[in-house]
Amino acid sequence: MKRRKFIKTSLQAGSAFYLGLNANCRGEDQQAHSTISLKRSTLVEAKSYRIRDTYGKLISSQVEQLLNKAMTRLLETEKPESAWQKLVKKDDVVGIKINCLAGRGMSTHLELVEAIVEGLRSAGVPDRNIIIWDRANRDLEKAGYKIQTNRNKLKCYGNDQVGYSRRLYEFGEVGSFLSNIVIHQCTAIINVPILKDHGIVGMTNALKNFFGAIHNPNKYHDNCGDPYIADVNMLPDIRKKIRLIITDALTAQYEGGPPYMPQWSWQHNGLIVGFDPVALDSYGYHLIEKKRKEKKLPSLKEAGREPTYIATAADKAHQLGTDDLSKLQIIQV
Amino acid sequence: MKIKQLLTRREFFKNSAQLCGLGTCWLASSMPISLLASKTEKDEIYRKEARYFEKLPNRKIKCLLCPRECVIDDQETGYCGVRENHEGTYYTLVYGRACSANVDPIEKKPLFHFFPGSKAFSIATAGCNVLCKFCQNWEISQARPDQINSYTLFPADVAAYAKRTNCKIIAYTYSEPVIFYEYMYDCAEKGHEVGVRSVMITNGYIQAQPMRDLCDVLDAVKIDLKAFTEKFYREIVAGHLKPVLDTLILLKEEGMWTEIVYLVIPTLNDDPKELKQMCKWIIDELGADVPIHFSRFYPVYRLRNLPPTPPKTLEMARDIALDAGIHYAYIGNVPGHEGENTFCPQCKKVIIRRIGYQVLENHITARGQCEYCNQKIPGVWQ
Ligand code: SF4
Repeated sequence: MKRRKFIKTSLQAGSAFYLGLNANCRGEDQQAHSTISLKRSTLVEAKSYRIRDTYGKLISSQVEQLLNKAMTRLLETEKPESAWQKLVKKDDVVGIKINCLAGRGMSTHLELVEAIVEGLRSAGVPDRNIIIWDRANRDLEKAGYKIQTNRNKLKCYGNDQVGYSRRLYEFGEVGSFLSNIVIHQCTAIINVPILKDHGIVGMTNALKNFFGAIHNPNKYHDNCGDPYIADVNMLPDIRKKIRLIITDALTAQYEGGPPYMPQWSWQHNGLIVGFDPVALDSYGYHLIEKKRKEKKLPSLKEAGREPTYIATAADKAHQLGTDDLSKLQIIQV
Repeated sequence: MKIKQLLTRREFFKNSAQLCGLGTCWLASSMPISLLASKTEKDEIYRKEARYFEKLPNRKIKCLLCPRECVIDDQETGYCGVRENHEGTYYTLVYGRACSANVDPIEKKPLFHFFPGSKAFSIATAGCNVLCKFCQNWEISQARPDQINSYTLFPADVAAYAKRTNCKIIAYTYSEPVIFYEYMYDCAEKGHEVGVRSVMITNGYIQAQPMRDLCDVLDAVKIDLKAFTEKFYREIVAGHLKPVLDTLILLKEEGMWTEIVYLVIPTLNDDPKELKQMCKWIIDELGADVPIHFSRFYPVYRLRNLPPTPPKTLEMARDIALDAGIHYAYIGNVPGHEGENTFCPQCKKVIIRRIGYQVLENHITARGQCEYCNQKIPGVWQ
């Protein structure tokens, strides 16, 4: 069995085992994270129509190639492993925050998560230091992930597996317990949201994905999530641990979210990577609006759910990034 | 008295193991957010179809229980965190899932004109439909049911425990009973079957129809009127004032015994002008006989930067109420204060003397009259 197949088997629900493969560390031994000199507001969008087979199913190797293309361009390296080495250290414990609420069809794709795991391994991060996580085991399972809790192996579980902090973390209007995964387990986070419409807050992408790290997201949807979504992202344990954001826009949704509504989703076949969550959200918002216009739907503002939290995240009190598309460098590969 | 003491040793261990899976944790409310693993199968037993919701296209629903009217997508929970849309049908997740159960004096609720000196079997579940920055019970009210320890007490059990512990009353309290409506309703019905009354300790943030229906099974209601301005409700409570006032009027129409608590928070809702307006509204809309309790605030949760309410401020509020013509104005959370006592509005004598939650003297006759001057005292005494 090929290595890729091994990984797939290990993450997918229903498999009876998973393999603890040794990471094959190649390339430059660079200092993680601190060497990144790129402009924070640079985004790389990698798109390819070759990532699907004739039935529309994702091809794992193609997804991995697409991610590698985006990573090498963003981190300005020749080899993908060098890009990952710039982001993480071998002894980091890396949490891959995915989004699984909508179940199969509109959750972070397994093929993408496999490619990320592969990238981390290539940077020397051992499997036991990788945690794939979301809000609840139930959500992960619904999306096709297998719960894995063995401490010496690749892990995959929800906040409910390990609970929440006992301390209240506060910023602005938000006061929440944070997932122990964020507080006590990870030293680095890779945020891997899905790009989709959201019936209450307008749209969800990078910023909103951290509602899955707090114990009381139900309290923070009023006023289209503004300023709550921006406030959650200000919590130091979240803000300081994020190393990279990879928006899964392989399949995206422009209406009817957050549940999966196939009639309103489209195959964007793209990954958008960057460091600035506000830039990612602004660009994602732009893509959704473009699609809505194409489909003759009212804009999110006209629909009464403009995601104003994006601008709030960029304001003086938050300064989480750039929401002005004209100031972003968006590189298409 | 905690529920643990109410059970035989055998029952206790059986229930703990079978229902909690948590060893000996009974008073779940005192536990921090837990490290429990997902208990999906167990969660199912607390799931019951909710009342008061409307089905919308695309498996969405609109909850019609409280004024928020949450519109909820499939697999999502409402603002209160204890109601979930499952494939286009709305469910409560806390039916029989109590996170607190204690025997309290009724004075603790506080209800001063409802069987003084009685014990109330007091229960709560996780969740709340508002977000008060000063919530004393935020660890349960702002949590979701799967995040705190709880144990199984279905309505018949609640009624049985109340009876066994000589509680005349079941109190739905601590968090916000509106959000465990179905559970409360059925507990109240079961309670009545065995001669136990029910009282709701609530923020009054509920729609008219559910409140009216609930009046069929309740015997008294205590409403937390948190301020008399929309600004306070919007900024400090994440709610609105008008629905609470509407509930108070509805309770009067229904003839429900009602008392009001007003937690006085320094600088936020202690403006004498606002207090005068509120007292005038009470007199005009509810009458002079509705008791009002001005309670002392202690810094907690997200309002830790304010001092406790000075007793003088509480006295000022009480004087405003008495001057406005309200007959029964109390001071709460200041044990030993004279304002804890009930005075006869006619002869001015102390007719119920209290310290803290304890009743020391009661001079109200079986017919609900002042023992000294026969003045009728409003309330439920027998
Ligand atoms: S009861 Fe809960 S779900 Fe229903 S409207 Fe109120 S907050 Fe929303």
